[in-house]
Amino acid sequence: MALLSFERKYRVRGGTLIGGDLFDFWAGPFYVGFFGVTGLFFTILGTALIFYGAAIGPTWNPWLISIAPPDLKYGLGLAPLREGGIWQIVTISAVGSFVSWMLREVEICRKLGMGYHVPFAFGVAIFAYVSLVVIRPFLLGAWGFGFPYGIFSHLDWVSNTGYQYLHFHYNPAHMIAVTFFFTTTLALALHGSLILQSTNPGRGQEVKTPEHEDSFFRDLIGYSVGTLGIHRVGLFLALSAGFWSAICIIISGPFWSRGWPEWWSWWLDLPIWRQ
Amino acid sequence: MGYQNIFTQVQVRSVPEMGVALPPGNWSRDGTPSYNWLMGKIGEAQIGPFYLGRLGLASLFLGFLAFEIVGLNMWASVNWDPVQFLRQLPWLALEPPSPKWGLKVLPPLAEGGWWLIAGFCMTTSLILWNIRIYMRAKALNMGTHTAWAFASALWLMIVLGFLRPLAMGSWSEAVPFGIFPHLDWTAAFSIRYGNLFYNPFHCLSIVFLYGSTLLFAMHGATILAVGRYGGEREIEQITDRGTASERAALFWRWTMGFNATMESVHRWAWWFAVLTTLTGGIGILLTGTVVDNWYLWAQEHSYAPLYPSTGTIDPATLPGVVK
Repeated sequence: MALLSFERKYRVRGGTLIGGDLFDFWAGPFYVGFFGVTGLFFTILGTALIFYGAAIGPTWNPWLISIAPPDLKYGLGLAPLREGGIWQIVTISAVGSFVSWMLREVEICRKLGMGYHVPFAFGVAIFAYVSLVVIRPFLLGAWGFGFPYGIFSHLDWVSNTGYQYLHFHYNPAHMIAVTFFFTTTLALALHGSLILQSTNPGRGQEVKTPEHEDSFFRDLIGYSVGTLGIHRVGLFLALSAGFWSAICIIISGPFWSRGWPEWWSWWLDLPIWRQ
Repeated sequence: MGYQNIFTQVQVRSVPEMGVALPPGNWSRDGTPSYNWLMGKIGEAQIGPFYLGRLGLASLFLGFLAFEIVGLNMWASVNWDPVQFLRQLPWLALEPPSPKWGLKVLPPLAEGGWWLIAGFCMTTSLILWNIRIYMRAKALNMGTHTAWAFASALWLMIVLGFLRPLAMGSWSEAVPFGIFPHLDWTAAFSIRYGNLFYNPFHCLSIVFLYGSTLLFAMHGATILAVGRYGGEREIEQITDRGTASERAALFWRWTMGFNATMESVHRWAWWFAVLTTLTGGIGILLTGTVVDNWYLWAQEHSYAPLYPSTGTIDPATLPGVVK
């Protein structure tokens, strides 16, 4: 059994949301639970369908396998299995699997007496995925607006969808999202570095304290957000990146169907410029 | 639900912390620290003190020069009209020299000379800032991880503005200063070289960028979730593991079968963030110098999907084209 030295005393019963003690056990290092079972079901179903789609498709090259959504002519209806039906069931499986994973995290939080920050954060990631394959296709009236499941085919979808709006960098929500992605990565570098340089100060030096961490950042930029604050900032930045990514694609099409550069003409037409 | 540790409930006001004493040879710290209640809801309320030093002074001065050169050139481009400067600001640019100047060190100021001077000031400013990061860590007897991570970001910037133009033989290859103009440059660059999404190093860079965001969401959320056990005291948890660290580890072990430790999660974080710009810089440096069209290159290497023919003839395949 893959049990850590201190693990035994934490493996307590209870904390489940559904199913009582029925699935309240571990398999190796994994906690199972009711949502582990549903998650496994959706994962196996979705993965098997992707393999089936690959088998009836033109290639086994892993870079090129692609499970495409239905043609636009099927609208919001069900498509035949070979014409996008696989994509539809894979999408249902993916959402079912992601939500199961999130609820299983909630149960683990309850077992360990932890806050619900991780499942909440994962919920934001699920929202970003759902906005791409459910919310936006629904608003546009066809599942065919979802992206194909393939390593390089989904990148082509991003390119093509972007250029439909001429230049996606001008999408204001995309600007905010990219800024959050870059800022999160910068903040992560700074936080990771600070902890590593405090605990690895070099040969012969003593491990440092939070007072050193504060001193370093105050010396550098005049402010230290502190040991607790940096994790609030980091979580906020990361979730904002995901949230604004979702917004930037939901508004493209349903709420703005022209080129994004053109959107900015409201700024040039503000009454304050009249002289 | 209970308390989720999103905001600080009680803020302490005392004598401000003036910081760990600096060894001889350093300047003294500047500024009388103040407190900000709103900042205190999220993180520490204390603002200041600040260490300037010779490197900081030189870096800020050069950074100010670069900022002024860019701004004044933009203002000049609208005939010094203050209203039009504000109105058109997002569209205004300070462009690099045109291709005819090649790598000439100082073309006329209005034809890219100012761009070179601004770029020199900005780059020197940031290199001095990097040395300052290194020196401030040394003064406190800390490791120099922040300085090396910052150097990775500088690598990408220097590739974009200096090394790749050098390899291509023309400053005109570099990125313009300006809000929309630098976005236009990015889009045009991707299209010119056959879609950057097929550049494997661009793929890696994006993976590490998204991976960094994922990691910070996971790490930030985990530490806040074990905040009630003192999880944010990370150095203490690294040197003397407590229940916060144990619960954080078990959460991930039970969720995905694997866990980092309180220290190793910061190594994951450091490498993901550092590799974002490191791989990004490699990808940019190879574009146009080694590979001219990433889509065609991907077809040669069997990772671009084949699509039905559109009937459009690629002009590059017509007779008479110089190869």
